[in-house]
Formats: sequence, structure tokens, C-alpha cells
Amino acid sequence: MNNETMTYEYSVVRQFAIMTVVLGIVGMLIGVFIASQMAFPALNFDTPWLSFGRLRPLHTNAVIFGFGGSALFATSYYVVQRTCHTRLFAPGLAQFTFWGWMLIIVLAVVTLPLGITSSKEYAELEWPIDILITIVWVAYAVVFFGTIAKRKVKHIYVANWFFGAFILTVAMLHVVNSAAIPVTLTKSYSAYAGVQDAMVQWWYGHNAVGFFLTAGFLGIMYYFIPKQANRPVYSYRLSVVHFWALSFTYIWAGPHHLHYTALPDWTQSLGMVFSLILLAPSWGGMINGIMTLSGAWEKLRTDPILKFLIVSVSFYGMSTFEGPMMAIKTVNALSHYTDWTVGHVHSGALGWVAMISIGAMYYLIPKLFDTEIYSKKLMETHFWIATIGIVLYITSMWISGIMQGLMWRAINADGTLTYSFVESVQAMHPFYVVRATGGALFLTGMLIMAYNLARTIAQGKAATDAVVPAAATAH
Amino acid sequence: MDASILQSIWTVIAFVFFVGVVIWAWSSRRKSDFEEHARMALDDDMSVNEKEQADPGK
Repeated sequence: MNNETMTYEYSVVRQFAIMTVVLGIVGMLIGVFIASQMAFPALNFDTPWLSFGRLRPLHTNAVIFGFGGSALFATSYYVVQRTCHTRLFAPGLAQFTFWGWMLIIVLAVVTLPLGITSSKEYAELEWPIDILITIVWVAYAVVFFGTIAKRKVKHIYVANWFFGAFILTVAMLHVVNSAAIPVTLTKSYSAYAGVQDAMVQWWYGHNAVGFFLTAGFLGIMYYFIPKQANRPVYSYRLSVVHFWALSFTYIWAGPHHLHYTALPDWTQSLGMVFSLILLAPSWGGMINGIMTLSGAWEKLRTDPILKFLIVSVSFYGMSTFEGPMMAIKTVNALSHYTDWTVGHVHSGALGWVAMISIGAMYYLIPKLFDTEIYSKKLMETHFWIATIGIVLYITSMWISGIMQGLMWRAINADGTLTYSFVESVQAMHPFYVVRATGGALFLTGMLIMAYNLARTIAQGKAATDAVVPAAATAH
Repeated sequence: MDASILQSIWTVIAFVFFVGVVIWAWSSRRKSDFEEHARMALDDDMSVNEKEQADPGK
């Protein structure tokens, strides 16, 4: 080992960590706005670029790729260095991924309200932006795998396996699904047609859930829960097995988005069966995360960061039970196209993805600025406001969704429909108000977080990067 | 060879690989390694001794 002390590269982690909070607030604010539009349609102000159809993709892009993406960049760059006992590979390229990713978000904010869209769900951005995403993503892969390659420890920690699978799979999904024939700078047509296009889209869509919103965040779980609980991973063997089981199974589950469509029946059944199998690896991860706390359960009473992390994994368990159930064709016949789906997505998005990101940021940001959190009490307040917000959101959508499904399928003795469509819309109104309230509570929690972290950063020191442990102690 | 045969072969390879992973993970030789790996997130901080070497002023 050379005599000079090597430090970790934290500046890019700091930038992404701060943008996680900022973009979380932006994305959730848009979410609360469009949820209010559902309850009070006059809020679209008869302006095309404020209409639900244009702002909804902006909401999903901002929260998934802006908030979730920044959280993943920040945590993966942090975790890969620390568990490889080495400085980040190519820090300049890492800076490029930060500014490139921010440019992509800005372009989304400009193009989506203007109605410039490829109309593919969760892949709405037009072809020039898709190319930029590809370039940034390749740079991300180079930085991440470059760091793995120059690691000072022999074993590649499980969190890095999950981050690595997330990076590789998202690259594949994005390139295949975004293949298109450009017509002008702002308009392209998908390279696929008809039912093939639908299948490619949901192969992408569901694996974006599986690898962007699951594998990546499991990477976060496998570092931050052991760290905060100060306990080893409950079962490392389970982590290896559920990693591979998850990777092999998720890829096949996409057709459950296309039940009772023109997709061949065998494909629908295949999608249903693999969605059901998916329960096992999902719960493997959930059990491993929660049981890591065994022997340290009392910490859950006093440590707000652990509350965020463990409640998050609990929501992960709930939504990965609900998902396979909804993928069963007969259940899907009731749930599809209703608010139940929206509730399910948000139990995963708010309960799992957002809560674990928030917990990780509360751990990370004080560390990155070499200080302690400004207020533990505000963290606790944030936790309860956020949790109540999620519960209001998903319970209102469960009730509204099941009611909607039942009203749509209700038939009179003479075979006519019992309810007209607009009657079901009218019945949903109170639940839309409750949903918007739940979302507003969750957003309020994020604002409390921003204040708490701003005060934390103000009292901290930005210039201090932690020292890489000497090779002698590395196992 | 048509695509469906290749797909079948790939499915079998993936399945055999997964069974291999399970057998590998449960082999008794892995036990002590796994116990060490499970602590990797905890062992990424410097020991007190190293901290003194890195910053002798304190």
C-alpha cells in the first residue's frame, strides 16, 4: 500500500443525493396536482400543457427517473466504492453522468407538457432524448463496473450484484423498447407494430419495475439496513439465491399487463404463472431485509431511519404479494383498468421505493457532509406524515378500484349494464379527494425532509471525503 | 435451427444454471465465506488505528 491516503469520491454522490430530494419534491408536487385534477377537473384551466394527459407522464418520469434515478446513482456510487474499498473509477465520467442525467430531466420537463411524446408508457421521451439516455447510461456502466474491476477486496458484495443487474438490464430494455424510426426531430414511430409493440412495451414496462424499481432498490436495502442496524445480512445464502431467482423470473412477467387483449392466450398464461412464481424471490428479499434486524429489534423504536427502511421493506412485501394476485387472470378481469392498479403501483412507489430512498438519504447526507442530522424529531414527524399519507392513498384506491370494477361488470337480468360509465366516475369522486390528501401529506413530509437536510448541510463540511481503508485490513 | 429450439435450449441452460447456483449456495464449504460476506457493509469503515495513521494530528 502506498503511503498517501486515498479518499472516496463523494462529490458526485453529494450532487445526486441533493437532487434526489429536489426532484422528489418536483415529481410529487406534479403528482398531487394531477391527483387534484382527477377530483376537481377545473384545475386543468383549459390549458393543453396543464392537462392530465401531458402532466401524468411528466409526473412518472420525474419520480421514477428523476427522484428514483438520482437515489440510485447516489447510493450505487457510494456503496460500490465503500464495499470495494477503492475510489470511484473515472470521477470525470461520473460527473458527466450527473450533468447528462439532469439535462435529460430538463428535456423531459420541456417536451412532455408540449405534447412531444412517443406515447410508450414510462418511455415517453422522444428519440433524441433516448439517444442521450443511452450515452449517459453507458458512461454509468463504465464508472460502476470500472470501480468493481479495480476493487481491493476479493468478493463482490451482494448490493453491487443488484446494482449491476439493474444497470445492465435497464440498458437492454431501453435500447430494445426505444427502437424507432425517426420522422422529424420531435416525432418517431416504434420499430414494432400491433401486438408485438404492446408486448415489447410491457416486457420493458414490467422489467423497468423489476430492475429499475426493484433490483436497484434491493441494492440500497442490502447496504443501508445492515449498516443502520449494525447487524450482518440475515442470510447471505438467501441473498444469492433470490438474486438469481429474481433475475430469471422477472423477465417473463410482462404479459400480465396485457390480459384479455390480442396477445396470444399462452403468452398471457405464461405471464400469469411467472408472476405467481415471482412471489418467492420477492419475499426472499423481504424476509432477508426485515430479519437482518433480528437481535436489534429494539432499535426500531428509537431510530427513525430504521423505521423508514423497515416500513419500506414491509411495503415491498405487501405489494409483491398484491402484484402476483392481480396477475391471476380472473382477478385481473376485475382489477384491470381500475384505480386498484394505481393503488398497487403507489404502494410500491411510495411505500417501497420512496421510503427506502428517504431512509438512505437520511443516512447518507449527514455522512457526506461529515455531520449529524439537524433534527431527529423532524425525521420522526416526516416518517409518520409519510406513512399516514401512503395508507390514505392506497386504501382509497383499493375501495375506489374494486367499486369501479364491480360497477363496470354489473349486469341487469335483461343483460343490459346496470351503471353507465359516468355513474362510476361520479362514485369515485370522494376517493379521489382522499387520494389527493394522502399525496399532499406525503409531499409535506418531503418538504420537512428538505428543510431538515438543508439545515444539516449548512452545519456540515462539504470538503471532507472519507478515507479508503488500507489494503491490509481488507478481507 | 429455428428460434423456438434456441429458446428452449436457453430455457434449459438457465434452469440448470439456477439449480447449480442453489447447490453451490448450500454447499457446506460456502458457510464461513458467507458469514464473512454478510458483514461486508459493516466492515467498510476504518479501524481506530487506521484513523490515527491517516490523521495523526488528532
